[in-house]
Amino acid sequence: MRRRPLIVDLAVLACLVLYAVPFLWQLVTSFKPESELLHVPPLLPSRLTLAHYGVVFTRSAMPRALGNSLGVGALTTLLACALGVPAAYALATLRVPAAGALMLGIVASTAFPQIATVSPLYLVMRALGLRDTWAALVLADASFALPFVIWLMTRFMREVPRELSEAAALDGAGRWRTLAAIHLPLTAPGLASVALLAFLFAWNEFLFAFTFTATEASRTVPVALALFPGVFEVPWGDIAAASILASVPPVLIVIGLQRWLVRGLLAGALNE
Amino acid sequence: MAQVVMKDLNKKYDEVHAVKDVNLHVRDKEFIVLVGPSGCGKSTTLRMVAGLEEITAGEIAIGDRVVNDLPPKDRDIAMVFQNYALYPHMTVYDNMAFGLKMRKFPKAEILKRVQDAAEILGIQELLKRKPRQLSGGQRQRVAVGRAIVRHPQVFLFDEPLSNLDAKLRVQMRVELKRLHDRLETTAIYVTHDQVEAMTLGDRVVVMKDGWVQQVGEPLELYGRPSNRFVAGFIGSPAMNFVDVGISEANGAVWIETQGLRLKAAADRTDRLRPYKGQKVTLGIRPEDIRLASGSDTPDRTFESVVEVVEPLGSEILLDMKIASAQMVARVEPTVRVKVHEPIKMAINTDRLHFFDLKSEAAI
Repeated sequence: MRRRPLIVDLAVLACLVLYAVPFLWQLVTSFKPESELLHVPPLLPSRLTLAHYGVVFTRSAMPRALGNSLGVGALTTLLACALGVPAAYALATLRVPAAGALMLGIVASTAFPQIATVSPLYLVMRALGLRDTWAALVLADASFALPFVIWLMTRFMREVPRELSEAAALDGAGRWRTLAAIHLPLTAPGLASVALLAFLFAWNEFLFAFTFTATEASRTVPVALALFPGVFEVPWGDIAAASILASVPPVLIVIGLQRWLVRGLLAGALNE
Repeated sequence: MAQVVMKDLNKKYDEVHAVKDVNLHVRDKEFIVLVGPSGCGKSTTLRMVAGLEEITAGEIAIGDRVVNDLPPKDRDIAMVFQNYALYPHMTVYDNMAFGLKMRKFPKAEILKRVQDAAEILGIQELLKRKPRQLSGGQRQRVAVGRAIVRHPQVFLFDEPLSNLDAKLRVQMRVELKRLHDRLETTAIYVTHDQVEAMTLGDRVVVMKDGWVQQVGEPLELYGRPSNRFVAGFIGSPAMNFVDVGISEANGAVWIETQGLRLKAAADRTDRLRPYKGQKVTLGIRPEDIRLASGSDTPDRTFESVVEVVEPLGSEILLDMKIASAQMVARVEPTVRVKVHEPIKMAINTDRLHFFDLKSEAAI
């Protein structure tokens, strides 16, 4: 193997720094004492304080918002996968009439900008009496996550050799058993990535969350963060602490899923 | 009791008529081999028996049940796929146990059956491994094991040896035959390799373009092919063909072409006489051409020039020409022949094959 040129390494490093700096800046800010917040030298705080985190936990909507976001994110992921995986299995393995057109429609539906659907959706939610509930957010988020769950999972399911389905059919497994015992385990790494994408979409989603919620009962993290600034001042330290807290769950989830995000489980299925 | 009966079986895809009017009676405990070039319909036929392809027309019965509308799992059959189709995320044990678990066998019974099968196939030490940790031959064994634990009424094999290297293939071929003798289960085996077909089959079904060409025991196919296709397909090196004229003189029937004049054996004269003055295709097996000796009369010899010598060790193949047709002779390894030198060869005229020029049917 040829050695990578040094310039590529440097470019990668530069990109990394570019992405990491704002995050690190937030991290530093969240631990800075109030008095040093708006002065640039010193770059690093003279002492570290947990005061901002204390404020966020005791006197803000963040704890509640974190709970809401986790709940909405988890339910959205669950709903989108529960509906999307069987759909993908069917599209990948069964003879579905007009499957091509169907797939095209699914892709096309992802092209709708959220902003175009938000007002009609608001009316629907109000009519259903779902305003300011988790259900409103879960339904709206899942409707956006579902197309890419179907699309991506169909691609993964197509990679499962047809002979495995046939062998399972001869072994006595029905469609659902084949999906559960063969296709799901074999596409698990793909499903982990897809579920993660769905969760992150719901976690970061702002427009629906801002529009459909009214109180702390259902406000999610992005909305809570946006509503953070007070009337008379911007509490930079508290906002920084809250943003760091908002980043922790997704990072933990990625670390937890890491084992599954590695591909290559299909090796050894066929001898070719 | 598990015979398989196919009646007027047909398979049509949108444009392609893949299987045409196949009638076949596979007897109980018989090992039958479907053989033919790719696209001849042999795999499609097998897949219809398995229930993996819908039957366009006709009927398949396994035992005394017509299975046309039964899903694969209710047909009591097991199949070994060309690429094995092992479940990659399961251990060898789980691969073999899967079908039994689906059928809700008790745990102890599953354990016993898997261990029995593993012992028969010599894969006891592999039970905890995953397919990717196995060699090609071992995967093949697991695939067979997965089929035999179920004690099905019929085994279906879809080119199971074609992904193995040549040496392993010969070894597995013998093992499959031994296994069949031991299990005494009806088996339908698909291959494109005529050697596999001849060595494994109690009977062999030769197919081409969706039609069954001939059904028979291996040596019957070899000795009495019913048409030119079967004659050329079975046997390696293949049968030699040359177009010849038929004439009658001095009370004998003569077979003639440029550089060749043979007297037909007495038992063939009646069947050849109607073709007097016409052309037919003459078929000669390579082993029926040998070096002429002093006792060979001119009515069974011809002269030619050896173009290529292929010494195989146990035999030597000589490539030469009769008229414009290429001929291969299979001779003893002790024969010493030089390339490009004229040579006198003799033909076993009592073992010649004749085919109608148009219909290609055996005469």
